[in-house]
Amino acid sequence: MKKRWAKRHITEAIFKVLMLISFGFVAGSLALILWTIISRGLPAITWAMLTQAPKGGYYLGKEGGILNAILGSLYMAVGGTLLALIIGLPIALYLETYLRNSPWSRAVRLTLDVLWGIPSIVYGAFGFIFMLSIGMRASMLGGMIVLTLLELPILTRAVDEVIRMLPRDLEQAALALGSTRLEVASRVVTRQMLPGIVTAALLAFGRGIGDAASVLFTAGYTDRIPTSLLRPVASLPLAIYFQLSMPYPEVQKRAYAAALILTIIVLIASFGSRWIASRLSKNVIQ
Amino acid sequence: MIQLKSSPARESQSARLSLAARRRSDKLAQWLFFVFSVIPVGLAIVILALLIYKSWPIMKVQSVWQLLSGQVWKPDDGLFGFWPFITGTIWVTLAALLISVPPCVLTAIYLSEYAGRSLRRIMKPLLDLLAAIPSVVYGVWGMLVIVPFIQNKLGSFIREYLPNLPLLKSDNPTGFGILAGAIVLAIMIAPFIIAVLYEIMNNIPRGLKEASLALGTTKLQTVQWVVIPQVLSGIIAGIGLGASRALGETMAVLMVVGNVAHVPHSLLDAAYPLPALIANNYGEMMSIPLYDSALMTAALILMVIILIFNVTSALVLQRVLGRRDT
Repeated sequence: MKKRWAKRHITEAIFKVLMLISFGFVAGSLALILWTIISRGLPAITWAMLTQAPKGGYYLGKEGGILNAILGSLYMAVGGTLLALIIGLPIALYLETYLRNSPWSRAVRLTLDVLWGIPSIVYGAFGFIFMLSIGMRASMLGGMIVLTLLELPILTRAVDEVIRMLPRDLEQAALALGSTRLEVASRVVTRQMLPGIVTAALLAFGRGIGDAASVLFTAGYTDRIPTSLLRPVASLPLAIYFQLSMPYPEVQKRAYAAALILTIIVLIASFGSRWIASRLSKNVIQ
Repeated sequence: MIQLKSSPARESQSARLSLAARRRSDKLAQWLFFVFSVIPVGLAIVILALLIYKSWPIMKVQSVWQLLSGQVWKPDDGLFGFWPFITGTIWVTLAALLISVPPCVLTAIYLSEYAGRSLRRIMKPLLDLLAAIPSVVYGVWGMLVIVPFIQNKLGSFIREYLPNLPLLKSDNPTGFGILAGAIVLAIMIAPFIIAVLYEIMNNIPRGLKEASLALGTTKLQTVQWVVIPQVLSGIIAGIGLGASRALGETMAVLMVVGNVAHVPHSLLDAAYPLPALIANNYGEMMSIPLYDSALMTAALILMVIILIFNVTSALVLQRVLGRRDT
């Protein structure tokens, strides 16, 4: 009896150690990645990189910066997120306040899950042939639309999950007072779920701005500062990739700096969503 | 008790509208929302249809079987064999899952059954951060850390001491290869797998675990006999989601995997997964006949594989997690 007891607790201890190691592994790799990007990127960042477009010979190690890529990425990701929000929010509200658990809502949810899983390279290829067939060239608009498609399932499912957390009583109270479902959706649900919606939008924004494969063919690349929706536009992930594939160490260093800039933008979005969520949640009834 | 701060009925605008008008706008919105909800379904159908339409020309020339099992990729000679790319994709994905799944399962169990409140609270943002880092940044990290490590440390160690081990024997002198891609991918998919597993394990009724613990089991025994059997299908679905993520990942893999179009035989060989094939060759596809059709076929193959993984996992997960609603 005593022996068995000991065996059980030894196994328990061994597994606990294994689990702690696994946990340390996951946390450690995050730390290692951040450390690598910061330690390589920070020394290479200069003021010129953030404020100038590439000048002649930039890719040989001469003067210039990647403002074109920073602006291009921000424009496309912000535009894509807004478009995805405009389409995705009504879908999530419809699923939760109008449909609840009907076959159609299950079909839409499943489709969104499937779309979420489609790799960005397929979205990119799809966007490219679609644009070809309607005679559109690689442009900021094209990149924005492909990012919208990429972000739509992420955003809609995230909002959907958030709305699901809403206490049912609240909706029923509003309905009992005589409001229509639209009023419940627009005045009660949206207001109550504002923190969650902002979080979902920033999550989708982070995915959009970091994605390279989808904008590779649809947005093109240019050294000019973006000015028009119909012209090609540079993006940060591609700037990193292109600079890294140059044989000059000077240019490669700038790729590390660009990677740090992209990481910082994504981290700001990630932390910002938490902060905004906690600020906005004061209106929320628990 | 629930307190309503602003009841919708009291808002000035709706008070002014007649009941009929409010009903009408409700109906209109219902109709409009329905149209919006058709968009994702339509999008999925259009993507699939367009890919099939575009890959049709090459399937007319060669049979699907010839394309899938063809070993040679020489677009200039009209030879489009996908076998090297399919095997490359499978190698990288399988290796990534083998590296990633055991620590992920253990971490999820630890978080849901053992960890204290404060650790759980740190873990959530940590996983979000890992999931938020763009794939190209993972690629940069892989090139800076993993590739040199494999090239200088692991590779020479294996050449010196284990030269004839079947899965590791390779004449690829660089660190760019399947192992590098798999390590980068393993870290990339970890947050997804852990998040899904953690959610499922937390979804088990407390009473079940408490009943088991009350009978004098250790926590590990409770995990083994109560938690795992309850969530097994969910665990497999979570791994399936991770796999579909790994299958489609483009940029990070492309940067470290070597991109050589041959059938790999070892973890240290270079490989050329399908997403990398599409991304790398888009520039020149217009000049060679059938090339664009071949690349679209690559996208179609990739999408079909991922759809199978994804739909199965999503259906299983809907069932596992859907229990709380019914």
